[in-house]
Amino acid sequence: MAKELIRLSDCVVKFDDEIILDRLNLYINDREFLTLLGPSGCGKTTTLRIIGGFLTPTSGDVFFDGQRINDVPPHKRLVNTVFQKYALFPHLNVFENVAFGLRIAKVSNDEVKQRVLEMLEIVNLKGFEKRPISALSGGQQQRVAIARALVNRPKVLLLDEPLGALDMRLRKDMQNELKRIQQELGITFIYVTHDQEEALAMSDTVVVMDGGRIQQIGTPEDIYNEPKNAFVADFIGESNILDGVMRADGVVELFNRRFQCLDGGFAPDEPVDVVIRPEDVDIVSEDQGQLKGVVTQVTFKGVHYDTIVDFSGFKWLIQTTDYCPVGSRIGIKIDPDGIHVMKKSAYSGMFGDYSSYSEEYDEIGDATMEPGGEDSGDEE
Amino acid sequence: MRNKSSRFAIPYVVWMAIFVVAPIILMVVYSVTSADGDVTAENFTGMGLYLSVFTRSFYLALIATVICLIIGYPVAYAMAKEGPRFQRLAMALIMLPMWINFLLRTYAWMSILENNGLLNQFFRAIGLLRLLGVDHLSLIRTQGAVVLGMVYNYLPFMILPIYSVLVKLDGSLMEAARDLGANGFHVFQKVVLPLSLPGVLSGVTMVFVPSVSTFAISRLLGGGTQMMLGDLIEQQFLGGSYDPHLGAAIAMVMMIVVVVCMAVMNHFGEGEEQAVML
Repeated sequence: MAKELIRLSDCVVKFDDEIILDRLNLYINDREFLTLLGPSGCGKTTTLRIIGGFLTPTSGDVFFDGQRINDVPPHKRLVNTVFQKYALFPHLNVFENVAFGLRIAKVSNDEVKQRVLEMLEIVNLKGFEKRPISALSGGQQQRVAIARALVNRPKVLLLDEPLGALDMRLRKDMQNELKRIQQELGITFIYVTHDQEEALAMSDTVVVMDGGRIQQIGTPEDIYNEPKNAFVADFIGESNILDGVMRADGVVELFNRRFQCLDGGFAPDEPVDVVIRPEDVDIVSEDQGQLKGVVTQVTFKGVHYDTIVDFSGFKWLIQTTDYCPVGSRIGIKIDPDGIHVMKKSAYSGMFGDYSSYSEEYDEIGDATMEPGGEDSGDEE
Repeated sequence: MRNKSSRFAIPYVVWMAIFVVAPIILMVVYSVTSADGDVTAENFTGMGLYLSVFTRSFYLALIATVICLIIGYPVAYAMAKEGPRFQRLAMALIMLPMWINFLLRTYAWMSILENNGLLNQFFRAIGLLRLLGVDHLSLIRTQGAVVLGMVYNYLPFMILPIYSVLVKLDGSLMEAARDLGANGFHVFQKVVLPLSLPGVLSGVTMVFVPSVSTFAISRLLGGGTQMMLGDLIEQQFLGGSYDPHLGAAIAMVMMIVVVVCMAVMNHFGEGEEQAVML
């Protein structure tokens, strides 16, 4: 679709000897809603601060619209920021907060008034002009912060965990509202969050980061359905991550059983990580199952049950609408498109086992299940 | 606040009643009575005589306050910007002179400023005095010396409140301002300065009030030529012209003027909830 607007090339940030960003390469398209997603300390806010101009990378270049902007100070960039704690000016009222940038730019009084009121209407704060900041709720302050940034008509809006301080309901509302504003104004949004649901719901592109590196870039669907490594799989949604061996293209071996899958291109007998999403597992009767296990814990979640099942010591999370009581023996079936094979990475073995979910059931864990006795014809 | 912990306030309230409220009442009574005990306004009407002392006091205190502000704000600003180690060091240096008795410090300035004091000796040694063709520079017993004494003694009271406001300023506010297009000057003018006003106000109060009522500094460094309100009042109670009723009246007037000044200033700082009136 659109042309490239921002490019970070080989950006490195070090504080003392600690590497915060490790050779980051990223480009951002015009009018895109891009989310930097990752746990705290992954470098996402650092990346945002580089784009905003508050931080100069130790090495590497930042380009805006083809121009190198490493040394351009923040007040000369066509970028505005919505800060994590809003950073509204406590000595100014709502109107003057929003008008701040325009006043600095010496916009005429009439135009200031017109643009501020227009922007307050867009963020649903009509009639709040005269209020002091201290008289606003968190959600309202949030809107003022957004209006204050957008009134300057930036090419890019940077948002640093803007919904972090809001309660659940308000967050959902603001998510929709932000998406609407972005589409209405046609501005590039770069959004930082650690909330994967938020990222999936709002973004055109998600950039998953950890340890100062980009782990995966893709559409929300790509990221969820085809995670690149165990970290991404674990961070986005719930996942069971197992050790497997790729026996051939389309055949992966788990627990000494062969399963059909859609992935290929691995070396024969290459050890791999296998992700199976909890909702992709079908529960069947014990004798029909590809694997057999014992239910150790059931939690009712409204739409479904979170069922923890012990398969010879490895505990899976299965989300199912069928209630299986604790202690019952069940079989499971997994369709080929429910099995995602990933190359081994530094994150292998760190995630994906749900044992910690159910410590109190550990004694039942060693039920009489020997792995892979009989076969149930899924190999080719 | 009807909880149990309010009981702990009782000793303090009693203390305040005995040593703050009662003396003020006593002072009011004294100021409106004569030596015979009759109620009279004479103490106030006769005060015109001392108009020059009043104006001098407020004038010198004002100059000292302005100088303190001009020196103190940048110092506080620089301190707040530096790292914690520098802040601790600077704080220690600022507080250090306060560990020495106020009178001693002022006496020290006397020996520096005297006609044969350290400064004049220094000027003589480098030949400055010969160049100017004078025996000594008159440093002591001038208004300048009094103002110097005030600035020297009260500067920490300007720096500290401004510093404590600046150091607590949320850095993200400055970033937000820069993000919205403000250069360094605009950030200071539109964000830092207005938000530090409460500190400036309490700094101004803490310098102006003791300056206007000082008597030691004007006595020692002004050498009796620069009589201020403090000296005048002291004379009415301890000096030759014993008249506690007049002294109380002068003190009353001074107090009222100071309170009015502070009220006006606080009015300008309205909206800054931290603004304190000391």
